[in-house]
Amino acid sequence: MTTLQVMFVLVGLITVAGGLYTVLARNLFHAALGLVVSLAGVASLYALMEAAFLAAAQVLIYIGAIAVLIIFAVMLTEGVMGKRPRANDQWGYSIVVALGLLAVLLVTLYRFDWPQAAPAAVPADSIVRLGKALVEPDLYVLPFEVASVLLVAALIGSIYIARDKRVEK
Amino acid sequence: MDWINTIIKILNDPFTPAGEALAKWLSGFMPEVGVPVTMMVIRAAFIGIFALVMFMVMTWIERKGVARIQNRIGPNLAGPWGLLQPLADGVKALTKEDITPDNADRIVYNIAPILSAAAAMLVFAAIPFGPGLIGTDMNIGVFYILAISGMGVLAILLAGWSSNNKYALLGGFRVVAQLVSYEVPHVLSIVATVMLAGSMSLTGIVNAQPVWYIIVLPVSAVIVMLSGMAEVGRSPFDLLDAESEIIAGHHIEYSGMKFALFFLAEYVHAFAVSCLVTALFLGGWLAPSPWVSVIGVAIMLVLMLIGSALNQSPPGAEAGSRGGVIFVTAILGMLLIAFSVLAQYGLTVPYLWFFIKSIMVFNIMVWARGTLPRLRVDQLMSFNWKFLVPLSLANLIVVSLADRLAKDGLGLRAGTWPWALWMLAFNVALLLVAFALVGSAGRHARVAEEAPAAEADARDEHGEQPHHEEHAAHGEPAAAAAH
Repeated sequence: MTTLQVMFVLVGLITVAGGLYTVLARNLFHAALGLVVSLAGVASLYALMEAAFLAAAQVLIYIGAIAVLIIFAVMLTEGVMGKRPRANDQWGYSIVVALGLLAVLLVTLYRFDWPQAAPAAVPADSIVRLGKALVEPDLYVLPFEVASVLLVAALIGSIYIARDKRVEK
Repeated sequence: MDWINTIIKILNDPFTPAGEALAKWLSGFMPEVGVPVTMMVIRAAFIGIFALVMFMVMTWIERKGVARIQNRIGPNLAGPWGLLQPLADGVKALTKEDITPDNADRIVYNIAPILSAAAAMLVFAAIPFGPGLIGTDMNIGVFYILAISGMGVLAILLAGWSSNNKYALLGGFRVVAQLVSYEVPHVLSIVATVMLAGSMSLTGIVNAQPVWYIIVLPVSAVIVMLSGMAEVGRSPFDLLDAESEIIAGHHIEYSGMKFALFFLAEYVHAFAVSCLVTALFLGGWLAPSPWVSVIGVAIMLVLMLIGSALNQSPPGAEAGSRGGVIFVTAILGMLLIAFSVLAQYGLTVPYLWFFIKSIMVFNIMVWARGTLPRLRVDQLMSFNWKFLVPLSLANLIVVSLADRLAKDGLGLRAGTWPWALWMLAFNVALLLVAFALVGSAGRHARVAEEAPAAEADARDEHGEQPHHEEHAAHGEPAAAAAH
C-alpha cells in the first residue's frame, strides 16, 4: 500500500470515530468535540485530495466558527451540560436506517463504472482559477453575489435581534 | 576563488544540503517508502524545536525589555544577564503541583493547553525563513495561517469551560469574543498584501517585495500588527487574561506545566505573528539595500543617544552600563550595515535577515506592552468595530484603486519605487482622513459631554472619552487619547 492509501485509511478511521463519538456520547459537550474531530478529519481528506484551499476553508469556517458557535449554544443553554441519559428511544430504528443507507452506498460504489484513467495533476494556479470563477460574468458571479446578500441579511438580522432594547432614540 | 563560492553557498543555505545528506544516509538502511515520511517528520520536529527555542528567547527579551522600560533591571540572577532564566522558569513549571479542580472535565481540561500550544506551533509550517527554507510552500500559505489561528480560538473555549469555574468560563467567552472580532481587520488587511502580490503563498509575497510592503501599505501593516497583538492577547489587549483583572480568565485553574503550555502558546503565537508581519510587510528574508540600512542604523543610534541622555540608569544597574548598551548597539549596527553590503555581493544569509526582522517586530510588541495601559473590554470592542474594521475596508478600497490607477493610468510597474511612493501617498491620505474624522467625532462627543448631559446624545466614539468615568471604571487613566 502506498503512503497515500495508509494516510487515507487512518484519516477515514479518525473521521468515522469522531462521528460515532458525536452521536454516542452522553455528554453533549463531548459530542460537540467529537464533531470537531470529525470536521478536522474531513479537512484532512480534502488535503489528501490536494484541495488545499478547501481544507483550509474547512478548518477556518467549520472549526473556527461553526464549532465555536455550536459549543457556545451548548454552553449557554440551561441544563444541557453534564451527563444525561440518552434521550432518544429510537436508536434501534436509526441503526437500521443507517446500515441500510450504508448498504445502498456500498452497492452503488461497487457497481459504478469508475473511470480508469489516472487523475490529472492539480493545476498550480488553482487559486487563481477559483478566484476568477467567482467573479467572471459567465461563470459563478451571480451565486457569489446572492450568497453575499444572504450573509448581509443574516448579519443585519442578528444585530437587530441582539441589539440593546433599552433607550432607542 | 571557488572555495569562497562554496562557503557563500553553505552560509546562505546550510539546511538544504544537510537535509539531502540526511536523506541519503536514511535511504541506506530504510525502505524507499519510509524515507520521505521520515524526512517530513524530521523537518517538522526541527521547525517545532526552533519554535520552542525561540519561545525561550522571546520570554527573555520580554522580561528584560519590559523591565528596562519600567526602570528596573529584570532577571539577572539565573546566568549572565539572566539568559538562563527561561530554563529556571521551565524547571519551576515542571516541579509545581499539578492540580485538577473538582468536577472538572479531565479529558477536555488536559486537551485545552495542548491544543492551544499546537495551534500556535502549527503556524510555523508556513513561514518562509529563506528561499527554499519553508516547512511546506503551500499556494495558500496566508490562508492556512488564518485557519490555524481560528483553531486556537477553540482551545480557549475548552479551557474556560472545563475548569468548572464561573470566572474561567466568563473569561473564556470574552477572550473568544475578542479573538473572533479582531480576526476581521486582520484578514482584511492581509488581503491587501495578497492582492498586490498576486499570490497567497508567503514565498510569493516575499518575492514581490523589492520595495518592502511597509512603504507601500503602511496602514495595512499597522492594522495587521495591532490586530495580531489582539489576536495573541498581549497588552494592551490583555484585559481578559491579565492577573489583576478577571484573575487570569480562562487559565485560572491551570498550574504547573499546563499553565506553562498556555504561556508557551501565547509567546509562540506572538513570535509567529511577528514572523508573519515580517514576511508580509518587511520583505521577509530580503536584505535591505546598504543605504537603507545605513540610514536605519543612524536613526537608531541617534534615538538611543537622545534617550540615554534624557533617562537615568535603573537603580542597581552596573556602572557604565548605559554606555555599554550603546556601544553594543553600535557594533551590531555596523555588523548590520556590513551584512547588507555583503548581501549585494551574494552573501544574502536569508534566515539571518528574517530572524533579525522578526525579533525587531517582537521588540515593538514588547514596547507596546511596557508603555501602553490596558484597554477595557468595551473600549477594545469599539476600537475594533468602530475604527479598525471601517479603516481596513477603506484601506482595501483605496489600495485597489491606487494600484489600478498606477498600473493602468500611469503605467507604473509593481515593485518599483515610483509605484511605492504613489501607494504611500494614498495610504497617508487615507490615514489623515481617518484621523480627521475620528478627531472631529471625538471633539463633538467631548463638547456634547460638557453640555448638560441629561439630553445629550453622547455617542460613544472610540473609547477614550472622559465620560467613561461615569461607568464603573477599573481606574484606568481614561483621559489619555489612546490612538
